[in-house]
Amino acid sequence: MSWDSALPLFVLASSLLPGLVIFFLPEERVAIRTTLNLAGAVLKLALVGVMIWGVFHGSHYETRLPLLPGLDLLLRADSLSMLFVVLSSVLWLVTTVYAVGYLEGSPNRSRFFGFFSLCVTATIGVALAGNLVTFLLFYELLTLATYPLIVHRGTDEARRAGRTYLIYTIAGGALLLIGTAWLYTLSGTLAFTARGFLSGLDESHNGVLVVIFVLLIAGLGVKAALIPLHGWLPQAMVAAAPVSALLHAVAVVKAGAFGIVRVVYDVYGLQFSASLGVTLPLAIVAAVTIIYGSMRALFQDDLKRRLAFSTVSQVAYIVLGITIVGPLAAVGGLVHLVHQGVMKITLFFCAGNLAETLGIHNVSEMNGVGRRMPWTMVAFTVAAFGMIGTPPLAGFVSKWYLGLGALDGGQGWVIFVLAGSSLLNAAYFLPILYAAWFKAPPDAWLAERSFGGRETAWALLAPPLVTAFLTLALGLLASAPFSPLQWARFITRLEYTP
Amino acid sequence: MSYVPDIHWGVMVIVLPLAGAVCCFLWPRRAVPLGLVTALGIVACVAGLGWQVVEQGAQRYAVGGWGAPLGIDLYADGLSLLMLMVAAVAGLGISVYSCGYFHRPDAKRDKAKHFWPLWMFLWAALNALFLSADIFNLYVTLELLGLAAVALVALAGGADALTGAMRYLLVSLLGSLFYLLGVALLYHGFGSVDITLLAERVEPSPVVWAAMGLMVTGLLLKTALFPLHFWLPSAHASAPAPVSALLSALVVKASFYILLRLWLEIFPFANAALAQLLGLLGAAAVLWGGFQALFQARLKMLIAYSTVAQLGYLFLAFPLANVIGWTGALYMLLSHAVAKTAMFMAAGNILYFGGHDRIVDLDRVVQRLPLTITAFALAGVSIMGLPPSGGFIAKWLLLEAAIRAAQWWWGGILILGGLLSAAWVFKVVGYAFTQSEVPHETRTVPASMEWTALVMAVVAILLGLFAPWPLALLEIGSPFGRENAG
Repeated sequence: MSWDSALPLFVLASSLLPGLVIFFLPEERVAIRTTLNLAGAVLKLALVGVMIWGVFHGSHYETRLPLLPGLDLLLRADSLSMLFVVLSSVLWLVTTVYAVGYLEGSPNRSRFFGFFSLCVTATIGVALAGNLVTFLLFYELLTLATYPLIVHRGTDEARRAGRTYLIYTIAGGALLLIGTAWLYTLSGTLAFTARGFLSGLDESHNGVLVVIFVLLIAGLGVKAALIPLHGWLPQAMVAAAPVSALLHAVAVVKAGAFGIVRVVYDVYGLQFSASLGVTLPLAIVAAVTIIYGSMRALFQDDLKRRLAFSTVSQVAYIVLGITIVGPLAAVGGLVHLVHQGVMKITLFFCAGNLAETLGIHNVSEMNGVGRRMPWTMVAFTVAAFGMIGTPPLAGFVSKWYLGLGALDGGQGWVIFVLAGSSLLNAAYFLPILYAAWFKAPPDAWLAERSFGGRETAWALLAPPLVTAFLTLALGLLASAPFSPLQWARFITRLEYTP
Repeated sequence: MSYVPDIHWGVMVIVLPLAGAVCCFLWPRRAVPLGLVTALGIVACVAGLGWQVVEQGAQRYAVGGWGAPLGIDLYADGLSLLMLMVAAVAGLGISVYSCGYFHRPDAKRDKAKHFWPLWMFLWAALNALFLSADIFNLYVTLELLGLAAVALVALAGGADALTGAMRYLLVSLLGSLFYLLGVALLYHGFGSVDITLLAERVEPSPVVWAAMGLMVTGLLLKTALFPLHFWLPSAHASAPAPVSALLSALVVKASFYILLRLWLEIFPFANAALAQLLGLLGAAAVLWGGFQALFQARLKMLIAYSTVAQLGYLFLAFPLANVIGWTGALYMLLSHAVAKTAMFMAAGNILYFGGHDRIVDLDRVVQRLPLTITAFALAGVSIMGLPPSGGFIAKWLLLEAAIRAAQWWWGGILILGGLLSAAWVFKVVGYAFTQSEVPHETRTVPASMEWTALVMAVVAILLGLFAPWPLALLEIGSPFGRENAG
């Protein structure tokens, strides 16, 4: 096995092996566990760096293991997968630091970090999957690896949330399985191909292909939390903050959204999907999800719940971007895959800090919190403005391209969706910021923990500051080489040039 | 150039466990080392036979040099080999587990004394059954297998086990009797019991239909296909854990194997209506077994009902009648055998640790047996058919076969069955995450019992990543050759 064919496997192993070792570590071996976690995360980042360099210079990294006669387990680094791989590995490192700080002294940490690593392995597998069956394999693995994280605390509420999560995702996985197997019997191949591999099929299959498309999108839409399949996400926010952060920014919802991109681009092909007439209905579902998620967010007092509904809304941007048939909108959708992740993870880190340090869980308890925890709230403010779409932050770049793309593709109605959503975003984020910065703090916080002279522990404060800085940098340096925006353009060129 | 000595491995895999049974009976104090050495020896012999079959194609041995139609023939093709390997893998695991289980400090010595000879005897009958080339030999081995299995169920002692064993004995005898009547009819009609000769001579006629009806009914009863499954849950749940494992993993599969052989070789003209009926019963088993499992209060009962459901999957291949379908069913058989072994072992650990297997009270137990609950969960992944696992590969093949045969509704059954399994697996696994800290009396589970369960479960998962090897074996001697591909 040469280096080129082993690299994707190494990228997977860099989180899988530490995870497996961690399961067997005794609870009190904190130093070894943390070292393993961080070493894995850093190693993965290094390997991914090598991989990007290679992909950019035309290398092909491909691992192929026979799964069944005629069907391979295929891991491949192409431009689209790199976008997601980089996002996952960067945010994994940050989240690991955060989780180490957050869970300090709590029980069952070996179990937690074991599943945490499995969860990232599954996400990387989803990103690197080179065909639909490999994708399915890691997609289901992700379901299984996330469940223990959601129920980790073991409260009745957590177990209820875990059950809801399973009901949704296992049913979704079943739909995806049916769709995939059916597709395989029609086409005889499942390998992701630029501009799809189905357009060559006989036209008499078109009706069936639409049904399969619906099955696949429904299966993926569960994780991407598209309306009406989003019910599990707001409940799952009972999980610990690092889990919510990972769930909302990288792992689960993104795997769903990424899968939809794969199906539309590399299974059906955008032009063929459009000719089947399935892109417009999907765009409408995405638009409804955007507005509905924002409306629901408006009325949540629980901070994490508000953020969860915001995720429902924001992830649908990605789907909207790729279903408006046009290169500019596609750039906007793809780049939002990264931008939403960076911004949302910041917000969840901050929410976790508020809960850990001051016992604050609700928006109504946040009066004057900016004075007590200025750095946390600075990070929160940057990310919130990014979500609203204020220039020059990352969220602005996504929305700008989405808007341009909508006009370019002759779908003017999308502009209203975007504008309406931005207004709603402002309506549910600005009151938080106002309360935090301008209202008087209460006499005593709900459950304050002291961290010496600092506002909170370093491991809790550094990650949101880093990701908030990224939110700013991704907006300011959007045109720099190797920025997500440039990479998204690179991918889009592949999809649109004949 | 072969590195493996060219001896009759097929005969060895039968003689060795028989010799082991005799030795274990004669020297009960040395039963553990004797049993383990025999188990390893059988695995080596099966490997030797595998090598021979892979290198030289399907093997036929005329035992004693007589040959059919007078003597006893043994025949090994890919299908036999796969079954022998299932028995070898699960059997080795069960043997290792039994060392811990029957030789715990507080175990009664006479149980161990009886277990080892019976288990070796059962293994010999099983291997002989998979290698038999004629339908009368199949009857003899089936009967021996049944008797050994009944004795093993009764080993647990107590009213539950004895009732279960008695019911099992009656069902087993009735099933064999039906089968024997069919054999008699065929022998009378065509003057032979050799499968190859019968395959050439048998033509549709009322006698053949009658024989087929009798044999299929008898075998279905022994395979516990819905609605003939009534005896299985009590027998499997009341037996000692390693016995439950070998009953669910191996014994019920033996009668399925005979049915499959007859169906493919002697009755290829069986009409589609009968195949559809078998498929329907299989579907009913999947759903009924799944629902029953979900509402069981005791863990071992739950697992036993899941066996009823999983056996249903095997019958979904009959109406599909294509190579992919048969392959899928056999892969299901293989992965179910391994996963179910792991699951019963895990249940045995839990039962021993906490002294009960009431599901609602499990929370206090499972938290302190992390290896065991991991084994249960991993085996569960295979049982519900999520990737990566042997169960997923099997389900994928069956699903593909259903869609290719334009009978997608069987695919729907597969999916529903998977959802039902997921529901009960997570119902049990969910208890591992409760906060309950109530102390109660426990006994320490030997590490070998925990690790065997985990290793078996990991094998069930790995079967999802190394499927091409067993599938390639299945093609040797093309047991499904008479069927049209695709």
